[in-house]
Amino acid sequence: AALKRRVRFQVSAALKEGHVTPTELCQRCLSLIKSTKFLNAYITVAEETALKQAEESEKRYRKGQPLGVLDGIPIAVKDNFNTAGIETTCASNMLKGYISPYNATVVQKLLDQGAVLLGKTNLDEFAMGSGSTDGVFGPVRNPWSYSRQYKEKSVPKSHSEDEESNWVITGGSSGGSAAAVSSFTCFAALGSDTGGSTRNPAAHCGVVGLKPTYGLISRHGLIPLVNSMDVPGILTRCVDDAAVVLGSLAGHDPKDSTTIQDNFTPFELPNLTDVSKLSIGIPKEYHAPGLSSEILALWSKAAELFKNAGAKVIEVSLPHTCYSIVCYHVLCTAEVASNMARFDGLEYGHRSDMNKSTESMYAATRREGFNDVVRGRILSGNYFLLKQNYENYFIKAQKVRRLIANDFVKVFRSGVDILLTPTTLCDAVPYMEFIKEDNRTRSTQDDILTQAANMAGLPAINVPTALSERGLPIGLQFIGRSFQEKQLLTVAKWFEKQVKFPMIQLEEVKRHDHNAFQHQKSASFS
Amino acid sequence: MRALRLGRWLRAGGLPVPVPPARAVLTAPGASPAPVPPRPTWQRGEPRPPPQQKVTVEVLDHLEHLALVDFRDAEGVERLQKAIQFADQLRDVNTDGVEPMDSVLEDRCLYLRDDDVTEGNCTNELLKNAREKVEEYFVAPPGNIPLPKLEERETFLQSS
Repeated sequence: AALKRRVRFQVSAALKEGHVTPTELCQRCLSLIKSTKFLNAYITVAEETALKQAEESEKRYRKGQPLGVLDGIPIAVKDNFNTAGIETTCASNMLKGYISPYNATVVQKLLDQGAVLLGKTNLDEFAMGSGSTDGVFGPVRNPWSYSRQYKEKSVPKSHSEDEESNWVITGGSSGGSAAAVSSFTCFAALGSDTGGSTRNPAAHCGVVGLKPTYGLISRHGLIPLVNSMDVPGILTRCVDDAAVVLGSLAGHDPKDSTTIQDNFTPFELPNLTDVSKLSIGIPKEYHAPGLSSEILALWSKAAELFKNAGAKVIEVSLPHTCYSIVCYHVLCTAEVASNMARFDGLEYGHRSDMNKSTESMYAATRREGFNDVVRGRILSGNYFLLKQNYENYFIKAQKVRRLIANDFVKVFRSGVDILLTPTTLCDAVPYMEFIKEDNRTRSTQDDILTQAANMAGLPAINVPTALSERGLPIGLQFIGRSFQEKQLLTVAKWFEKQVKFPMIQLEEVKRHDHNAFQHQKSASFS
Repeated sequence: MRALRLGRWLRAGGLPVPVPPARAVLTAPGASPAPVPPRPTWQRGEPRPPPQQKVTVEVLDHLEHLALVDFRDAEGVERLQKAIQFADQLRDVNTDGVEPMDSVLEDRCLYLRDDDVTEGNCTNELLKNAREKVEEYFVAPPGNIPLPKLEERETFLQSS
C-alpha cells in the first residue's frame, strides 16, 4: 500500500524506523502537489523552505532525537494564517504580494514540533463563502470529482465534456486545505471555522474536520473575520490524527487574550468499546428544510448504530436553530465591517495610485482590492451598525445569540453528552450549478447545520460517513460540550471505526505511487 | 439535484413555522422508531415584503463614506436591500429580558498582560510591506480633505 495513504501515526512510525526519510516524504508530497495542480488547492507552494525543514528533520531522526510525533510530517496551512517569509494573500487582491513578518501562533507551534510546511492553501476571499469558489486565484476542485467512485456514477454527456464541466466544489471556505488532505498531498492541514468553514469542506471532501472550542486554540496571526466566533480548524484523514494536531496547538497564548488560561494536557484517544454510558442527542431542528433524503437516511442509520450498541439515543430540541443564520448574518457583517477597516493600503497590502487625499486613496484602494462579496458584507455591516439601526439589528442579534447558546446549555444540562447531526444538506454540488446563486444565498443555505456551534462556541467535528449515490462523500457532525474535546473525539473515533469510510481512488495518486515504488530501495511498508 | 427545490413554502407571514408532528417511520414491523425526525421540523420563512421605504440615497451615500467602499452598481444596492430584508427576520424572535451576548467567554476573566514594552525594534521588518515610505515613515496623501460630495464623486449613486 502506498505510503501517503497511511495516516500520520503510521508514517511517524515509518520515519522513526527509517523506512522513509523526511526528505523523501517531502519530495513525494511536493511532486504529488504538482501532478494534482488542476485541483487548485494551493496558492503558494513553499518548496525550498519545505525541503530545508525536511532536511533538518532528517538530521534529528538520524541522531535519534525527533522533536515529537509531528517531526517531519508535511502539513499545509490555509492562506489566511500569517506565515513568516511566505506570501499570505487571503485569496484577495488586497493582500497579493504581502509577505508576513511573523508566524501565526498555530503555525509557529507546528514548526516548533518539526512539521514541514508545504504551502498555503486556497480559500474563498477572506474566508467569506461556502464553496471556495470566490477567491482571486480561482475555485478549488474537489478531488472526488476525479475519483473512480464518482466517475462510475456520473453519466457523461459526451466523453470530452465529462471531466471539465462535471467537477464538484469542495465546499468552503477552507476548501484548499480539505482538498490538500483528501488528495494525499499532506497529512494534516489548518483551516479556519467561523460558520462551518472547516466542517463543510471536510464533509464534501471526505476528511475529518475539527472545530475546537472557542478559546482553546490561539487566533494570533489568523486574519480575523468574526473575532467572537473564529477558530483555527484542523483537517486530517482520521480522528486520531486530529487529536494529535489538537494536542500540539491547544493551550493558552499570552498573545491572544481570548484563549482561556486553564491548563491543557494533550491526550491520546482511548479505544472505546462500550458506549452504553453515552447519551446521544438528536436535535430535531437539524432536519432542516432541504436536507436530502440520502443524508436523512444516513443520520437515522447512525442513530440506530449508537442505539444498537447500547447508547441512549434521544430526540432533543434546539428551538432557535432556525434563527442562527439570520443572527450570524448580522453579527458577521458587523464584525467584518470593523475588521476590514484595517485594509487601507498605508502599511501593507495593495495601495491605489490615487493620491489626492487620504480618504480618496483609502476608498480607491478598497475598491480595487476587495471583491463583491467582501464589499457587500462591509456595506451591510455598516448599515446594521448605524446609530438608527444599532439597537434593532446588532444588539437584537446579540440577544438572539444568547438564546441560541442557551439552547445548547439546556440540552447538555439535561444529561446529553454529544449531539449527532448531519453536516451539510446534500453532497457536493457541481461547480456550474453552485455559481448560479450568489455567495450570500449559498452561505445562508450551506451553513445552516454548522453555524450554531460557532454561535455557542462549542467544539464540533465532521466524520466522513459514507458515499452518496453520486459517489461523493457525506459526513455527519458531532457537537460536544465546551472544552470536552477528549470526549467528543473519543466518540467520533468509535463512530469512524464503525462506518469504515472508503478510501478515495484517484488515478493520479495511483500513477504517482507506481513511479515512487520503482525508486524505493527498501519496500516494506507494513 | 439541488435538495432545496424540494422545500415547500408555507404562506404564514414569514415566520419559520413548525410542521405538525409526523408519524414515525417504521423500518420493519415491530421495530421502534428512530429518533431522527422523518420530515423537516420547520420551514424557511417566506421572503418578507420589501420594507416600506427603500434605503434612501442619503443613507447609501453615508454608508459609502463610512465604509470607504462603494456600491459600484445597482446589484450592489440590491444586495444591501436583500441583506436588510433577510436580517428583518430577527424581529420575529422574542428577546424580552434577554441580555446581549458579546462573547461566549463572558463568564471568565481573560488574560491581560502588564503594560510593559517587551518587544519592538522591528521597524525595517514592518516597513518592508509598505509601498510608499520615506526613512522610517509611512507616507500618506494629505489628510483633512473630505471625500468629495456625492455630485462630485465618481460613484454609481450619482445616477440613482
